[in-house]
Amino acid sequence: MKMSKSPWLLHYDASSCNGCDIEVLASTTPRYDVERFGVINTGNPKHADILVVTGGVNNQTKMVVKQLYSQMPDPKVVIAAGICACDGGIFKECYNVNGGVDTVIPVDIYVPGCAVRPEALIDGVVKAVKLLDEKREAMKNHASCEVHYGNTPAKEVKK
Amino acid sequence: MILLFLFFFTLGMSVLTALLRDEKIRGGVVIVGSIIMMVLDVLFCVWAYLNGVGDNKVLTFLPESGLTEKCTYVFMAGELFLFSLITVLSVKHGKYHCILLSAIGTIPVLWLDITHKAVENLPMLKVDDLTILMFMVVGIVGGLISIYAVGYLHDYHIHHKDVENRSQYFQALLFLFLTAMYGLITSDALSWMFFFWEITSTVSFLLIGYTKKSEAVTNSFRALWMNLLGGCGFMVAILYCALVMHIGSLTELVEAGPRKAGIVIPVVFLSLAAITKSAQMPFSRWLLGAMVAPTPSSALLHSATMVKAGVYLLIRISPLFAGNLGGIMITTIGGFTFFAASLLAISQSDGKKVLAYSTISNLGLITACAGVGQPAATWAAIMLLLFHAVSKSLMFLAVGAVENATGSRDVEDMHGMVVKFPKMAYVMTVGICGMFLAPFGMLVAKWAALKAYIDSNNVMLVMFLVFGSATTMFYWGKWLGKLYAVLHQSERHRDVVHKSEWQVMYCLTALIVSLCALFPMIGTVFVQPVLSQSFGQTVGTIISDNDIRVMLMMLIMIGLMPVLAAFLIRNRKEKMTMAYMAGVNAGDDRHFIDSLGGIRPSYLSNWYMEEWFGEKRILNPSLYLSATAVTVMMIVAVGGAL
Amino acid sequence: MRMTVVLLSILIYLAAAPLVGLAFEGYDRVVSARMQNRKGPSFFQPLYDLLKLFQKQSIVVNRVQTALVIGFVIFTIFTGCIFFAGGDILLVFFAHSLADMFLILAAYSANSPYSSLGAQREFMQTMAYEPMTLLTAIGFYMTCGSFNVSDVIQQEVPAIVRAPGIFLGFCFTLLIIFRKSPFDLATSHHAHQEMVKGLTQDLAGNIYGLQELGELYASVQMLSVAGLFFICKNPLSYVVAVVAVIVIYFFILLADNIFPRVKWEVMLSSTWVVTFVFGGGNFLILTMLNIAGK
Repeated sequence: MKMSKSPWLLHYDASSCNGCDIEVLASTTPRYDVERFGVINTGNPKHADILVVTGGVNNQTKMVVKQLYSQMPDPKVVIAAGICACDGGIFKECYNVNGGVDTVIPVDIYVPGCAVRPEALIDGVVKAVKLLDEKREAMKNHASCEVHYGNTPAKEVKK
Repeated sequence: MILLFLFFFTLGMSVLTALLRDEKIRGGVVIVGSIIMMVLDVLFCVWAYLNGVGDNKVLTFLPESGLTEKCTYVFMAGELFLFSLITVLSVKHGKYHCILLSAIGTIPVLWLDITHKAVENLPMLKVDDLTILMFMVVGIVGGLISIYAVGYLHDYHIHHKDVENRSQYFQALLFLFLTAMYGLITSDALSWMFFFWEITSTVSFLLIGYTKKSEAVTNSFRALWMNLLGGCGFMVAILYCALVMHIGSLTELVEAGPRKAGIVIPVVFLSLAAITKSAQMPFSRWLLGAMVAPTPSSALLHSATMVKAGVYLLIRISPLFAGNLGGIMITTIGGFTFFAASLLAISQSDGKKVLAYSTISNLGLITACAGVGQPAATWAAIMLLLFHAVSKSLMFLAVGAVENATGSRDVEDMHGMVVKFPKMAYVMTVGICGMFLAPFGMLVAKWAALKAYIDSNNVMLVMFLVFGSATTMFYWGKWLGKLYAVLHQSERHRDVVHKSEWQVMYCLTALIVSLCALFPMIGTVFVQPVLSQSFGQTVGTIISDNDIRVMLMMLIMIGLMPVLAAFLIRNRKEKMTMAYMAGVNAGDDRHFIDSLGGIRPSYLSNWYMEEWFGEKRILNPSLYLSATAVTVMMIVAVGGAL
Repeated sequence: MRMTVVLLSILIYLAAAPLVGLAFEGYDRVVSARMQNRKGPSFFQPLYDLLKLFQKQSIVVNRVQTALVIGFVIFTIFTGCIFFAGGDILLVFFAHSLADMFLILAAYSANSPYSSLGAQREFMQTMAYEPMTLLTAIGFYMTCGSFNVSDVIQQEVPAIVRAPGIFLGFCFTLLIIFRKSPFDLATSHHAHQEMVKGLTQDLAGNIYGLQELGELYASVQMLSVAGLFFICKNPLSYVVAVVAVIVIYFFILLADNIFPRVKWEVMLSSTWVVTFVFGGGNFLILTMLNIAGK
């Protein structure tokens, strides 16, 4: 059984203008119906396999993106959807924008576009799904889960 | 005579504690005395059992008439003393209605005794299986609570500097109460029972007013007048029995049978007395007010024993409820109280208030069971009484200990107890589960009650029960949940609970678990004979052996759960993360980062559904409704009989 | 002989329940998609989901959680065993609420806002449907004179004939038990919920998988109770029961898709009204018949 049969999404809007968000949601509607591939929009990092981030990362959302990523169980894949998520896009030069999502967490798939089209996004998801299987294989071979008890103090998280 | 010795020993303890000023010596005396009392109690039960009580025999005591007469004079003096005590205190606080009620209750009974109109030459005391069961409850729970009270009061007065330290008075009252309770459950003569009945009312009044704060005084007088009103009902029943029917004892009354003309009048008035004492609606408010008293008295009087006196009386006369208006009145009030009080409990966050409403609610269920007037229902009533006494007193003691240790008895403040105060969390878990969860006691008894209701074709009661048990689950469940929130990096509470208090709580916990395992035996050995005596017929199997076996399996599984879980998760590789808080968890699961980057605390409250089940919305309508029901049914019943 | 039958049916339950549960979920996913005018996933999607969950890393908030979820699964399976061993239906429902308690405590132990709210709502839901489930057990008792499943299946006439109201009421509560219609329920498989994932918010990876497995056992057992209404002495009635359950499930899905925005307030009051009117009314009539029969 391959993991690729059931990729569950978590969608996070880091600082998007909402253009890409609408397209992400559009792909879950009956018209595009990504559930054909078993994709479910979970809204919960702890159940998700694929993190779809739209918009570039700014100072305020940096911590959130990191936290959501840390709460996803392995294996997991990150998709940067839209040009802003890929490298900052037209907001790149803004005083508060860090740049693309990859400035904060490792990104696996880049799906450019302004806004990203559902077809492109679905294509990205299909690629991500293959990657999930590969990561699962890798996980089996190096069966080492990080064991870490207790929580981080508030101050460190804020950094 | 072990009985008399037990009786006078407890009374003597009361006097002794009242005299001992030094706290340490008194504490020691109370502990030793309570242990002796419990031993005597058990000895008495064994003795009674050996003398044939177990084999459907009843031990009656007919003291030579000289002694009876002397006792009667002592009791008359006692009643006069109670009356004058109430008068003095009522005048002092300007509550004159209590004097009137007390006078109405006392004077006719005195008159009856003085003019020798009372029925004489009766067996005044009687011991049967129900008495033994009650002895077990009163003696063991009462003794344990007295021991607990020693440590508790010590801490109580450290935390409440504004309250005058009258702990010797408190402990003396506890023992006085236990004496009265022993008297109440052994008396068969109505007039004797009435005397002890009035003592318990008065002691409860005095204990509620212990702190002398204005709220406590108000509440104590509310408790007093309601209980005195019940006493008046008792008085009417005695008068009617003596003057019209020439009956002077409970046994005779029950033997007269439900078909006898006019019997409905004493039955209805005795029921009135019972529902006031057991705080059924519309008289439920006194029990809530009683929660201002220090916890040991709440545990002993207002949950485990005194309020049980009401339902005890109902169980005694339950054969008389079959197919008459008295029965309908009692089942309606009981069923309604069970449901309404459990709704009200949902909206409470004060631990003791939840317990109070839950007590009212469960007493309602027992009342309803007794009112059905069928052996199977009475079986359930006795079981409920037993399980409730043990579980509820444990819960009260635990809440009291938590209050002394943490300074709050609010359920909200018990958040994360499993980490902060693990021992207490486990004790409370057993107490709470004992109240409503599957293999534990109360649920078994509820189950039996449900079957009995169905078999007696009482649709209304079944509906009350199914809805009431759903709401019961809600308020207990969310309390249980509160205890189990795991808070990382939290400090443990300092365990300031006295060793003696812990031992008492462990004893009760062990008692709950063993009762669950032993209940089939208790059913056949103790409860069955009671029923065959009072109903003259045996009950079939209430809960089949198969079900009992399954439930024992569940009990064992729950017992093994922690071990099994520890074994299964021993080698698991798990990654620990923070709880999900929409990505803005500040790292400790208790704070989040707001939109300006500041750290704010998050607070997880339970649901209280105020706008659905709040006191404001439900309390008054249900009081009016039940008051109307009681009044109408009493008028109809009495009018019909006359 | 009887012992073998009991053991056999328990074994069949243990082995087949997850598959049957998955089949019903697959049916759910396909039919729901068609109702929403889209293609939807394959029939085997729930199986893929479950297997995937077991392959994932396990992430926990604390270790108590894991223990409690294991407790939930064990007691859920135990509940089903009581049912399929022909045990007491009331006891089945009591054991079911004990199992549920473990899951709720697991959610409470996570100490997170969503889990905690989910747990509260789960309690509220249980409060809403419990009167009806108890009445269902009583309904069986009234029609055949015993609470035991083994006696119910030996009846001459199926229970539905004399207890149609109770049956309707029970089907109504199935909507809640399957975490369907009210969108702000504790947890739901669909996107339209309020509490993110409510009760299961902080369960992840294979522990979440374990919880899902427990749910499968629970749902099969609840569907069996619905089917029990149709079962009598006649072996053909089993076929009828299976068909009936499939039809009931269809109507549950239909209701879910028609009323996706039902809130908990509506749910609580409507369930209690339905319980009172259909359940209580039917029970009253049955009692009358019993009295008249004597």
